[in-house]
Amino acid sequence: MTVKFTINGVPVEAEQGESVIEVARRYGFEIPSLCHHHAVTPYGACRVCLVEITKGGRKKMTTCCNYEVQEGIEVITDNEDIHRNRATVLELLLAEAPKADAIVKLAAEYGVTHSRYALPEGSEPTEERDGCILCGLCVRVCEEVVEVSALSFNARGDKRNVGGPYMDTPQNCIACGACAWACPTNCIGFEEKDGMRILKKWNRELPLEYTEAGQPLAPRFQLRHFIEKANLPKDFYKKGGPR
Amino acid sequence: MTKFTSVEALHSHREALLATKKDENKKTVSVCAGTGCKAVGADLVVEAFKAEFAKNGLENAVHLKATGCLGLCEKGTLVMMPADQTVYHSITPKKVPTIVEQALVQDGRADDFLFTDPETGAKQPTMNDIPFYASQKRLLLDKNTLIDPICLDDYISVGGYKGLAKAIEIGPDKVIDEMKKATLRGRGGGGFPAGRKWETCRNAPSDKRYVICNADEGDPGAFMDASLLEGQPHSVIEGMIIGAYTIGSDEGYVYVRHEYPLAVERLTKALEQVRASGLLGENILGTGFNFDIKINKGGGAFVCGESTALMASIEGRVGEPRAKHIHTVVAGLNDKPTNLNNVETWATVPLIVERGADWFTQMGTKGSPGTKIFSLVGKVNNTGLVEAEMGATLRQIIFDMGGGIRGGRPFKAVQTGGPSGGCLPADKLDVPVDFDTLWNEGSMMGSGGMVAMDDQTCMVDVARYFLDFLKFESCGKCTTCREGIRRLHQLVSDVAEGRATEETLDLIETLAETVEKGSLCALGTSAVNPVLSTLKYFREEYLAHVRDKKCPAGVCKELITYHINENCTGCLICKRRCPEQCIAGENKKIHVIDTSKCTKCGICKDVCKFDAVEIY
Repeated sequence: MTVKFTINGVPVEAEQGESVIEVARRYGFEIPSLCHHHAVTPYGACRVCLVEITKGGRKKMTTCCNYEVQEGIEVITDNEDIHRNRATVLELLLAEAPKADAIVKLAAEYGVTHSRYALPEGSEPTEERDGCILCGLCVRVCEEVVEVSALSFNARGDKRNVGGPYMDTPQNCIACGACAWACPTNCIGFEEKDGMRILKKWNRELPLEYTEAGQPLAPRFQLRHFIEKANLPKDFYKKGGPR
Repeated sequence: MTKFTSVEALHSHREALLATKKDENKKTVSVCAGTGCKAVGADLVVEAFKAEFAKNGLENAVHLKATGCLGLCEKGTLVMMPADQTVYHSITPKKVPTIVEQALVQDGRADDFLFTDPETGAKQPTMNDIPFYASQKRLLLDKNTLIDPICLDDYISVGGYKGLAKAIEIGPDKVIDEMKKATLRGRGGGGFPAGRKWETCRNAPSDKRYVICNADEGDPGAFMDASLLEGQPHSVIEGMIIGAYTIGSDEGYVYVRHEYPLAVERLTKALEQVRASGLLGENILGTGFNFDIKINKGGGAFVCGESTALMASIEGRVGEPRAKHIHTVVAGLNDKPTNLNNVETWATVPLIVERGADWFTQMGTKGSPGTKIFSLVGKVNNTGLVEAEMGATLRQIIFDMGGGIRGGRPFKAVQTGGPSGGCLPADKLDVPVDFDTLWNEGSMMGSGGMVAMDDQTCMVDVARYFLDFLKFESCGKCTTCREGIRRLHQLVSDVAEGRATEETLDLIETLAETVEKGSLCALGTSAVNPVLSTLKYFREEYLAHVRDKKCPAGVCKELITYHINENCTGCLICKRRCPEQCIAGENKKIHVIDTSKCTKCGICKDVCKFDAVEIY
């Protein structure tokens, strides 16, 4: 079913079930976001994609990644109010991830070059403040795309963090690195060294399998998982792997 | 237990009960067995009464009831004689023989344990004479005084399940009409009209619908819902059955904190009773309507009081709110239409259905009809549970019902609406308490928490306290709520600890706007109320912290100094009690505090009988 509404006054059409952010981007409207990826379920954690939506005469500021399109709504993607509030969100995030390029760049676009909430000069990032902005992309990618569910959020409020169960090394992690690829702040730390695949944030290290030609390929758990999911022959990777 | 197979059978059972119970109230003693009174030994008082009845041969002549909360927790254990509503306060087992002798054997009153007017010394024997009770409108709480919470017959004899009978008689359409006309607004804090909610849920296309009772009462110091569940679980159950019948649901949940063991126990017993009596389960009252209620115990996360987080928790997922662009009445629990109301709302439903919307809307204000239960705590004389007509002023609640500020100190502020409510100053005391007015004044009704504060309360410290609570209780999903509240707490701490400048206050306001506008659920959007309302009404106090580095109320430790003045008689008590041993002095000479070692614990001030310890 087609849903009709407007974005910045422009009439648009979408399929029911689509999110406003996807439709807006399709029509060329820019809306920043850090926790959204079209491959996974919208979550609405980072709050950067704030827009104004008028529905039934009532105007409300809301995130648009987790807002399903509705007939007749009016979406405004940028104005002074939106700009100011996005800037504050980015200032909060910049304090958490001062070295993450994506955040630094986006914050600068909103006029935020330093965070008034930042730690005093010289303080090193601690374990809990390693640049992670708790957007949950790693959790959702691991669960929905890789279908392993090795990661989850732990605790709540200002103590919230992300990792394996009870913040221990996730024993079912196949070290595929999809989480590191999805991470907007590059805080997971993906590395291949001395025959090992290392995911630093999860404290997960798995030995790499090699191709017949002696090229490092991937950890055995990952290969086995791929064979299972893609229904490949059991010796698929032994024959030299994908070419 | 009788199983009622029709509405008529229920009615005739009630009539039979009334005939036999007619004289029961004449010889009944009600002992408050709510959580507050239990904590000060109500169970022992009940035992003492039993023993004393046995001694006087009264076991069969006098009926003893352990009831739900009678409200005036400050003066527990409370004992009431329902015949003429005489109330005795601060009853301990030792006082029981006197009451039995004077009130029951001699048929008079035990004068020593009655309330007295603090000014005139006149006795205030009955509820009508005691200002705490007389100024209330106890629509719901009255039942607490009349019934044994887990006696179904008691509940039926005071008109219980009449609402359900009426609902069956008039049918779902008319129930919806009455509910909409009554404009009963959600007592959990949202204030959304229940009738409209019910209608949307009923009209949402689905083969399955749920009703839920939100009993995840989590505001610090609030116990309205606990007292209803403990004192009259059947009111809540009846409301839920009516709701389920009206919207076409066959499955209900009560989501209740596991920290409420007494409520869970009584609710469990009450559910067993109604199942055995044909009021719950299959073919309710022979109508062919099936409905059952399950209890779901929550783990104690504050955020699980938010409806979508609550439903996620029932589903076995992490209690995290989701966006409500599609309402839960359309897609809630297990993605099915779900009607959620809180304990007090459900408990009010039977009364509205039985007596009609016109009766209900006579009470309260136009926008907020009916009554509301408040848990009145803080620096008032009568801490406890009060039920006020909507539109009563803050002054009536705090001074008439609450008996004014403790120790005769000046009133400074009242915080309404729980941890995310706002603080209103003295010049707002005559504001009528209803959903819209409180909201417009920068506070909110919430679920009915009310904390009164005196001049020794620092408003910066209050804001810091609630932010500290909320930063821990936020689920942590939204940046604005998780980081925003944490940073607000950090900034307000900067003020309280003397590190702030006037720019800090501007930054607080900037950040608060985004926390409010940018957060997903009501926990985040309302978290800024304590800090914004105190900044609005008590800006001078913030400025004193910022500019003068002083805490006028003498609370913020970093900004105060303890000093002993010439009132000191040299009694040595403070010197002996000081844990840091930083008070020097000899007998009959003025003592001196070594401020370099003083940790400002305040013990010296507490123990001084001569008002010699000052803070500045």
